[in-house]
Amino acid sequence: MKPENITLISFGYFEKRFLGEIMYDVEREFRIPVIVREGYLDLSLYFDPARRQYNGNRLLQDINQQFASDETKTLAVFNVDLYIPILTFIFGQAFLNGRCGIASAYRLRNERYGIAPNEPVFVDRLRKEVIHELGHAFGLIHCLTPTCVMRSSTYVEDIDQKGWSFCPKCRKQLEG
Amino acid sequence: MTQKISILIVDDESSVRDSLYNWFIEDGYQVDCAEDAKVALNRLESETFDIVLADIKMPGMDGLEMLKRIKAIQQDVIVIMMTAFATVETAVQALKDGAFDYVTKPFDPDDLSHLIRNASRQITLMEENEVLKEKVVSLENVEDLIGKSEAMNQVFREIESVAQSNASVIITGESGTGKELVARAIHANSPRKYFPLVSVHCGALSESLLESELFGHEKGAFTGAVYNRKGRFEMADNGTIFLDEIATISPKMQIELLRVLESKSFMRVGGNKEIKSDFRVICATNRDLKTMVDNGVFREDLYYRLNVVNINVPPLRERTDDIPLLVDYFIKKYCKTMNRAVMTIDPAALKRLEEFPFPGNIRELENMIERAIVVGNGKKITLKDLPIDRPEASPSFESLNDIEKHHILQILNKYNWNISASAKALKVDRVTLYNKIKKYQLKQANN
Repeated sequence: MKPENITLISFGYFEKRFLGEIMYDVEREFRIPVIVREGYLDLSLYFDPARRQYNGNRLLQDINQQFASDETKTLAVFNVDLYIPILTFIFGQAFLNGRCGIASAYRLRNERYGIAPNEPVFVDRLRKEVIHELGHAFGLIHCLTPTCVMRSSTYVEDIDQKGWSFCPKCRKQLEG
Repeated sequence: MTQKISILIVDDESSVRDSLYNWFIEDGYQVDCAEDAKVALNRLESETFDIVLADIKMPGMDGLEMLKRIKAIQQDVIVIMMTAFATVETAVQALKDGAFDYVTKPFDPDDLSHLIRNASRQITLMEENEVLKEKVVSLENVEDLIGKSEAMNQVFREIESVAQSNASVIITGESGTGKELVARAIHANSPRKYFPLVSVHCGALSESLLESELFGHEKGAFTGAVYNRKGRFEMADNGTIFLDEIATISPKMQIELLRVLESKSFMRVGGNKEIKSDFRVICATNRDLKTMVDNGVFREDLYYRLNVVNINVPPLRERTDDIPLLVDYFIKKYCKTMNRAVMTIDPAALKRLEEFPFPGNIRELENMIERAIVVGNGKKITLKDLPIDRPEASPSFESLNDIEKHHILQILNKYNWNISASAKALKVDRVTLYNKIKKYQLKQANN
């Protein structure tokens, strides 16, 4: 069943205006109305002092329980470094064909890699990451097409190389 | 790959299992989890996985012990070991025990992607390797199908017309006429040519062995079933299965075969999972299946399902025009195999071959040429190199009297017409031998 809307929720010290910039692109890609709002969670509960990172699995579970609904697809955006136990970090994750996903802007900024800040590049990466995780929530798996937004990205360079649109195959599956 | 790659994650920490599960699901893999070695081994005994990603440190049985047991159940499965406490010794031990790779937790997302990509590539390569090996055998053997006689041209035309379709084919013909070569030629010219041609010689296997061979088996299904094993139908997925000597299968196997041909699905012996396979069936027999159907020995429904197209391969005596061509081909083939200069054949020897009835057909001719090359002088095959008796030594007899006359004469000549010795050899008394000599008017050649 097609959801009524997509809800983008910003958490913590995250500048909501960035979501405002990308919401129209998300709306255009999914052809569903997008709502942007702010959410509140005590992120210290998810912090692992040994790793100095935030537990992405537990965050995703809690977003699902506290913020998601069956009528909408929810994506929570954070500005903290996310991890899952098996991996050193993640850009984001979602329940495949589920109600929600999470994404982090933390590793999308140039300054994390000792390069001069570049806001358009950062917004472009965030847009792709948000659409990518929402794609999973809509049931899409990773795609091998180099330019498709559903291509798996493990580094920011990978994100830069792909586009923010779906390839025809993923588009067909999304609308099918 | 025709199917999704399947991954089994074995780790006692649920957070690790969940993380990996979500990660691989997003990549489109078929993923399953087990919380300890025991559960994992149970799963592996009932299901087949392509990759096992297992923790080394687990309560109960540790990962290294589990690795050995996994390899005992599924030899080809790719096992990747994970640990939070990396030591060179455990890594080396894991690799020695057959692990594909070894990673330290937590790992970089890129490393994990690379690892699984490499493992997937390995699986694809192994599968391609199997397919190519089968294909090489198919192509090598198709070259052996030789002939320019009208009878063979008819066979070639039938092969060409039936190859493109998916229809079942029954190839009939005497033993040694090259029925399997015809099957290979059909496969090699069909759209399925890039997939395996799997041959099963039904006559060589007992009923239970044939069942296990065709359908595969799960570990422990019977004594000696040490591994899970794919059956021939499973191996022939997207390709062709060639069932030689189909007339020899038991009534029970006829029912099983009919069911598989109708549903294109089956279960391994001792298994409970239905396996689907898309294959084309080609059968061969040297017996008259229709008569067997009429006598109630072969199922009629199976016969009609198999006999969509019938190709009859003529015996060599009906295509003697092809003998020079075949002789030339086999000479070149075996001289090359034996690393010898190409030999020729004496015209008298070739003429003798053209007159010979060849009850064993092409197989007999091939063996004859191979033998002649081995025993010959290395330059030319002559009459003495061929294991064919001279025509006068083996004339065709119709009556028993003719045979008796010929045999007595042979013995008399052998013993230089010594009546006592000849009678002793023939195990008759001397009077009887004299009577026979008189009856058949036998005379010594020099008299």
